[in-house]
Amino acid sequence: MSQERSLLSVRDLRTWLDTGDALVRAVDGVSFDVRRGETFALVGESGCGKSMTALSIMRLLPDAGGVVGGSIELEGTDLLKLPEAQMRHVRGRRVGMIFQEPALSLNPVMTAGEQIAEALRRHTGLAGAALEARVLELLEAVHLPDPARRRHEYPFQLSGGMKQRVMIATALACGPDLLIADEPTTALDVTIQAQVLDLLRELQRTRRMSLMLITHDLGVVAEMAHRVAVMYAGEIVETGAREAFFSRPAHPYSRKLFDSLPSGTKRGGALAVIRGSVPPLTREFTGCRFAERCDAAWDLCRKSTPGLYDAGNGQVARCHLYAPGAAREAGGGRREAEVGGEQRGTSREPRAASREGDQSPVTSHQSLLEVSDLKVHFPVHRGLFKRVVAHVKAVDGVSLTIESGQTLGLVGESGCGKTTVGKGILRLVEPSGGAVLFDGADLARMTRGELRPRRKDVQIIFQDPYSSLNPRMRIMETLEEGMAALGLGADREARQARVDALLAEVGLSPEIKLRYPHEFSGGQRQRIAIARALSVDPRLIVCDEPTSALDVSVQAQILNLLKDLQRRKGLAYLFISHNISVIEFLAHEVAVMYLGRIVERGAVDEVLGDPKHPYTRSLLSAVPVLDPATKRAVIRLQGDLPSPVNPPAGCHFHPRCPDAFARCREGYPGSARFSASHTAACHLYALKRDG
Amino acid sequence: MPFKLVILWTDALVFVLLAAVALFALHVRRHDHLAAPWRKVARSPSGMAAATVLAFFVAIGLADSLHYRPAIAVKDGKAVYAVEVLSVFDKLAERLRTRKATTYSAPLATHRYTKESIELPDGRQVRDYPRLKHGGSHLRDPVADWAPDVARRCLYGIAAGSVIWFVLATLLCAGLARGGATDTDTVWRAIWRGGTEVPWRTVLVTLGVLLAVGSPLVALAAKYHVLGTDKVGQDVFYQALKSIRTGLVIGTLTTLIMLPFAILFGTMAGYFKGWVDDVIQYVYTTLSSIPGVLLIAAAVLVMQVYIENHSEQFETTIQRADFRLFWLCFILGIASWTGLCRLLRGEALKLRESEYIQAAKAFGVSEFRIIARHIVPNVMHVVLISVVLNFSGLVLAEAVLAYVGVGVDPTMTSFGGMINSARLEMARDPMVWWSLAAAFCFMLLMVLSANLFADAVRDAFDPRIRAARPFRLAARKP
Repeated sequence: MSQERSLLSVRDLRTWLDTGDALVRAVDGVSFDVRRGETFALVGESGCGKSMTALSIMRLLPDAGGVVGGSIELEGTDLLKLPEAQMRHVRGRRVGMIFQEPALSLNPVMTAGEQIAEALRRHTGLAGAALEARVLELLEAVHLPDPARRRHEYPFQLSGGMKQRVMIATALACGPDLLIADEPTTALDVTIQAQVLDLLRELQRTRRMSLMLITHDLGVVAEMAHRVAVMYAGEIVETGAREAFFSRPAHPYSRKLFDSLPSGTKRGGALAVIRGSVPPLTREFTGCRFAERCDAAWDLCRKSTPGLYDAGNGQVARCHLYAPGAAREAGGGRREAEVGGEQRGTSREPRAASREGDQSPVTSHQSLLEVSDLKVHFPVHRGLFKRVVAHVKAVDGVSLTIESGQTLGLVGESGCGKTTVGKGILRLVEPSGGAVLFDGADLARMTRGELRPRRKDVQIIFQDPYSSLNPRMRIMETLEEGMAALGLGADREARQARVDALLAEVGLSPEIKLRYPHEFSGGQRQRIAIARALSVDPRLIVCDEPTSALDVSVQAQILNLLKDLQRRKGLAYLFISHNISVIEFLAHEVAVMYLGRIVERGAVDEVLGDPKHPYTRSLLSAVPVLDPATKRAVIRLQGDLPSPVNPPAGCHFHPRCPDAFARCREGYPGSARFSASHTAACHLYALKRDG
Repeated sequence: MPFKLVILWTDALVFVLLAAVALFALHVRRHDHLAAPWRKVARSPSGMAAATVLAFFVAIGLADSLHYRPAIAVKDGKAVYAVEVLSVFDKLAERLRTRKATTYSAPLATHRYTKESIELPDGRQVRDYPRLKHGGSHLRDPVADWAPDVARRCLYGIAAGSVIWFVLATLLCAGLARGGATDTDTVWRAIWRGGTEVPWRTVLVTLGVLLAVGSPLVALAAKYHVLGTDKVGQDVFYQALKSIRTGLVIGTLTTLIMLPFAILFGTMAGYFKGWVDDVIQYVYTTLSSIPGVLLIAAAVLVMQVYIENHSEQFETTIQRADFRLFWLCFILGIASWTGLCRLLRGEALKLRESEYIQAAKAFGVSEFRIIARHIVPNVMHVVLISVVLNFSGLVLAEAVLAYVGVGVDPTMTSFGGMINSARLEMARDPMVWWSLAAAFCFMLLMVLSANLFADAVRDAFDPRIRAARPFRLAARKP
């Protein structure tokens, strides 16, 4: 495959899982090479077997899993044949691994320094002062701020980003040749993600280490990888160099993945969706695994399993389109044409839709919801008599306006209070101050009894499709609950009819109403959750990160659905998300939140196109983008979000702000107005406001 | 009427519990997601073996819970009923109950355990072991005939046991064959190959062992005191069987009594937080800091005074004893709800943040409806696990309480009572060991099978215990 001898060479790896009821072929014949000093990215949606591949390499599979075939060679030694005692030597020393959830991969009762020292002691003979010095050196290498002090701190004292740095230091402790990073930044915020990715890139370059990056995020791949492999249903369907892959993805699945990514340019229309869902890996496959969902599939695809064919440009794809010889002449030419047509089709579609879309948003300029100076403070109790010693100012004076039929995107890092704003509006948490005017009535000051009839107007959709449905209630009961509580629908029969209609509206068959939530996939559950919110005919829906737990292709379906519902029913959304591209795709207006306050707001083009506030700018610059050409100059933020218990004096952002000056430490800035809709709270523009 | 039905307090509760279990089973059968974990229990061999043994105990316990007073005479066209309250089980084991010896005798003995002066027909007196009134009284020459007679009866017993076993096994096969629309023969072979989903082979083997041990005992019990007699000459085997009901009642009714408290308070504390939580936590922290034995001792004394002052309410001794048992269950329940309450509070604290409850709140669903519809069904697995785990602990607790002297009424047989009296018997010379041994074996069997069953239930219901089955692919490699 390569001239250069590869460091890790995986051949025909098969890893199966025994769930008790069935055998899951989680990894089914995967072959790839990781060369020395390169970053190799394994991309795929959840359940495609990418983590299982990594765990197979480390031989850390769960009890129910086992490697049933293939070989994993690390510089000529087959790891699968090593005895466990030698394998332990390989782990950590030759191959390091970091996991998705830094909070779960550190031992909570050991200090950061001890955890690294443990790995060093196991694999090297270091002890005493030499060990101490090495620990410090490693912590410095991962740019942990104030390493001399932090090394004695426990994981709970560290932020998520710092924990991941400690994790990386542990993995690097013995200078491994290969570092496997399994979704290393998925649990982190964009700005922290940018820091960690920077660090990984730097370490990989300076140590000439190979990095195997496992991720679902194409943006991260675009920033990091040298070579890319795409996994689908337990197989690698495409490999190629990064540039080739991003300029012309070969496999129809890869193309579809790109098309289903939301972005501002696709705003006018619907996102391309991959129909159907990933086939269960419990069965044997005949033919291409993607055939059922592929627009370019023809008879051959269903009958014979495609091999890995050369797709030109250094790319290899598991697709009959690229089969050499006769097939290419006879079928391929036709295919090529059709695929081309299909591709044009997708690019034409948004344009067609955008014309239609331009007319559709109801620009009535009549505000539906007016939140002014909303405050949600949580008291911190201490001592025997639970005296209130401080307040967590989760939301500290937020004002926003949503017009009917419009979407306001609320962006910010985790912990900035954006979810609390949503819950405060619905009174799921009690606001401590401010007003929430819905249609002129202040929801924040109503008694429970007064609020109840109003509940039908504002509803909420949550992030986690797995915890948003009661596992013990059938879909029918879940959907009926709201109607029954708010007295909608004359009787049971009327409500039943409405349940059927709702399910049809969100694209599900009415027959499913008798089933229980565990029988559905994440995307279907999210549809049911949307149906539940719709059941009482709301006019505003608070969408609290409704797609962040979903795969890209499912996210596209849900975003399309939300958009479609807005057009048909004139719904308004408060769309809370940390994902800028989703906001870009869906929102009409954007508000950026930092530490309980809105720092910038305006129409979507204004804020995302011409950000004024330094925080907005750095947030946007940290977002990984697919096309390196459009990459903004990166503004790296230092440190983490401060605690909302005692926010920094003056402008909350000044300790991390690259443009901070003396005045920023003194007082919180007033807001500067740039256009009718665009405002930002920053001292940089104070003159503008004054003048 | 030849009898008058007597429904004691505990009887009533036992049957209420039985009805509740039956209704629950019916409900579970109709809901697939509820039935799934139970199917997992049914697939566990150790669980099913334990269930078989438990079924035997429960059968005896239920037979012992149907009480009546037999009519002894008819006066003026009205039946006069005996003062003594009997249970169906007493009737079945009438010979065990009525054939009393005078004092201690060893298991299967024909003579008494200690020498006594016997007056011979010619007027002389000798000190010898006197013959027992009932035990082996049919033997003409006890020394020569004893061993063959015992062996013969054992064989009879085993023969009868085998017949029963074959009848039950055939019925099972026929039943399964009807359900599965195949013939009995195929089912029979499938069972022995271990090919059925429910491990019927284990069940049948357990049943076989149970019958192989039990039926000779029953056969011998007709003519001997199989497990000897106690100080007043009562058959120990009968006592041990009677103790089963006491143990079962304490193990189940206590839980039944505490469940409403634990569920209501636990979920309320977790869901409402704030002052409700503070009050409930304060109550159970206080309650659980009082030594349980002290609380129970005080309550039992109070109850005794009550019984003495209201003797007109209790017509028979057994009614008194039963009231005391009921009261004991009640007080044990009060003392033991705190553990489960804590667990449920924690669980509710976690659930109240879950998104489906937030969604219900956004609909303005009332708080108690949220607790009833969303929280309680989602903590039921915790309740179930703790109920089955508590059972054995409570049976053992009864033994300890009896030993301390605050257990069930002395007239009511219980494992604790048997062990308590064994304290003195063990100190005798020669030692009287069979009372303790019998209580020990029966209690061990009951608690062990309850524990094994509880393990199977926990494995099936606890979401944290995933099917951590070791990888079994070796045979299936492609």
